[in-house]
Amino acid sequence: MASAAVSHRTAEAPQTADPLVSVEGLSVDFATPRGTIHALRDISLEVPKGKVLGLVGESGCGKSTLAYSMIGLLAENARVAGGAIRMGGQDLAHLKPKAWRDLRGTRIAMIFQDPMTSLNPVTTIGKQMIDIQYREPISRSEKRARAIEFLEQVQLPDAAAKLDVYPHQLSGGMRQRVCIAMALLTRPDLLIADEPTTALDATLELQIVTLLRELQETFGCSVLFVSHHLGTVAELCDEVAVMYAGEVVERGHVREVFHAPRHPYTQALFDCDPARIRQATRQLPTIPGTLPDLRQPPAGCAFRARCSKAFGRCAAEHPPLHAAGPGQVARCHLNDPAEDVA
Amino acid sequence: MIFYATQRFVLSVVIVMVAVSILTLMLHVVPGDPAVMILGPRATPELIEQTRVAMGLDQPLPVQIVTFFGNILRGDLGQDVFTGRAVSQIVFEQLPYTLILITVSILWAAVLGIALGCYSALRRNTWLDTLTGVISVGTISIPAFVMALYSVLVFAVWLRWLPAIGAGEGFWDGVTHLILPSFAIGVSWVGYVARIVRASMLEVMGQPHVRMARAYGLPDGWITRSHILKIAVQPAVTLIGTGVAHLFSAAVFVEVIFARPGIGALIVQAVNERNYPIVLGAVLVTTGIIVLATLISDLVIAWIDPRQREEL
Repeated sequence: MASAAVSHRTAEAPQTADPLVSVEGLSVDFATPRGTIHALRDISLEVPKGKVLGLVGESGCGKSTLAYSMIGLLAENARVAGGAIRMGGQDLAHLKPKAWRDLRGTRIAMIFQDPMTSLNPVTTIGKQMIDIQYREPISRSEKRARAIEFLEQVQLPDAAAKLDVYPHQLSGGMRQRVCIAMALLTRPDLLIADEPTTALDATLELQIVTLLRELQETFGCSVLFVSHHLGTVAELCDEVAVMYAGEVVERGHVREVFHAPRHPYTQALFDCDPARIRQATRQLPTIPGTLPDLRQPPAGCAFRARCSKAFGRCAAEHPPLHAAGPGQVARCHLNDPAEDVA
Repeated sequence: MIFYATQRFVLSVVIVMVAVSILTLMLHVVPGDPAVMILGPRATPELIEQTRVAMGLDQPLPVQIVTFFGNILRGDLGQDVFTGRAVSQIVFEQLPYTLILITVSILWAAVLGIALGCYSALRRNTWLDTLTGVISVGTISIPAFVMALYSVLVFAVWLRWLPAIGAGEGFWDGVTHLILPSFAIGVSWVGYVARIVRASMLEVMGQPHVRMARAYGLPDGWITRSHILKIAVQPAVTLIGTGVAHLFSAAVFVEVIFARPGIGALIVQAVNERNYPIVLGAVLVTTGIIVLATLISDLVIAWIDPRQREEL
């Protein structure tokens, strides 16, 4: 294959015509007493308009950091070291606090991991739902009516009565429904969901995911869905980005990535998914080894030390995102057409 | 809320009754006959016996306690040994002076303490936070009577800005006479309250619901007030409620130093004169007020935080 064609394909990504948000080479560092952690390194991805992008990876891979950087709620010791997050002509990576406040709760909303602690414990559900509409030039009773309308949207039984209830009087699943209702109430363009089902039990998880899918179709917003649960991602998402050690290692349409994962890490992740294991086993498989030290990210491939397919080139050369299929890219030298030839 | 308030009120009444019983028992446990103490070492046996009968000390102990309760319910706390005036009358004459002193001290502590603590927490790890921290710990370590003596020296003797003794007459005179003694009592509580508000603010600020409020773009001042401070102020309310007991004991010193009338001055005088009915009456009323203060702080917290209403 001609080298010109290779470089062209390397730059290719699963692009939609007009993405809502495009993250371009984003790097985020955390300053800690024991050194600077390079938590995100050169992240590039796009959240397509009106679609759901899943973000998967094991704990500590940087998926939540990426989600928080897209709503400007990174921890105080975090710093954007480079790159940009473009949305509607603005660069979110370098936004002033005032400009962030104007975006949050209008164009961007977020659902958090733990519904038990995400609602203000000393304020009624109704007041919290009315408070977040503080920008709307409508009367209090209209705001109340909208709150009831959205509680009905998330299928909360007896919605009107729930307005006068405090969070601790509701179950975890109900609280997460309230959180979803609050997020949708602001009619965001981008909804960030940071592991919204992790704190819930399995039957609730399915209900919430189904609900999110339905509501996303109703409201047509884009969703960034962070999860470490592969089944949920397959159920809900249109596209998926797999993260490892602060990098995107594979990206593509859910169907392609799930059917034919092209990065050894993605493959290993699927091999460890309890839902995909066909043979009875006494021990769940795991990926051997641990995440590399992100204070000094490895020079070559970040997954090299744990990869069963690593070879000479992996230690020397940091792999770019190679085109791996239609609309699918993977950060692995095995996808370099030059390796096929060899 | 009403159910919770009723529960708390009943509990408070029980606490006061237990306290009164212990108080009566203590009078019998301490060595010496109260009648002998009142009459002095040179009293004749006939006179002692006569006084014992008059005080009801010849009755069995349970009868004495019941009689005592009955008297309290009728508002009768006994008579002053020397003048024969009703103890309740003497105590309630002095009580307003101490109550206003303690109330103003609490206001100092609450307003300055919460403001300083809030300021420190919002600007943590800056030099201003360090400075308020040093000042807070400093004021905590200084006893009220030392603060009282030095404030008299500086503001009344050297600068002559404020009066040093008495309670003053009329409203404005009363206010100027209140500033120094109330500050002397309240200032160490400014430190306590500031430290505790700072610590609990920092804890609440890290909670997910505060992050969620920020995720909806709510203004910072709003988040501080209704999401952070509303929760973070609770330990300070409990601290102040239980601290009323300490404020009373600080008031004893401060009223003597400033020559103010009040319960503290009354108790000191009565103890010196071995005027036991007054000591007993004053301590009883003080106990009631301390229990009332705890009740109020519990109710304030229940009013702020719905989760507290559901447990006893």
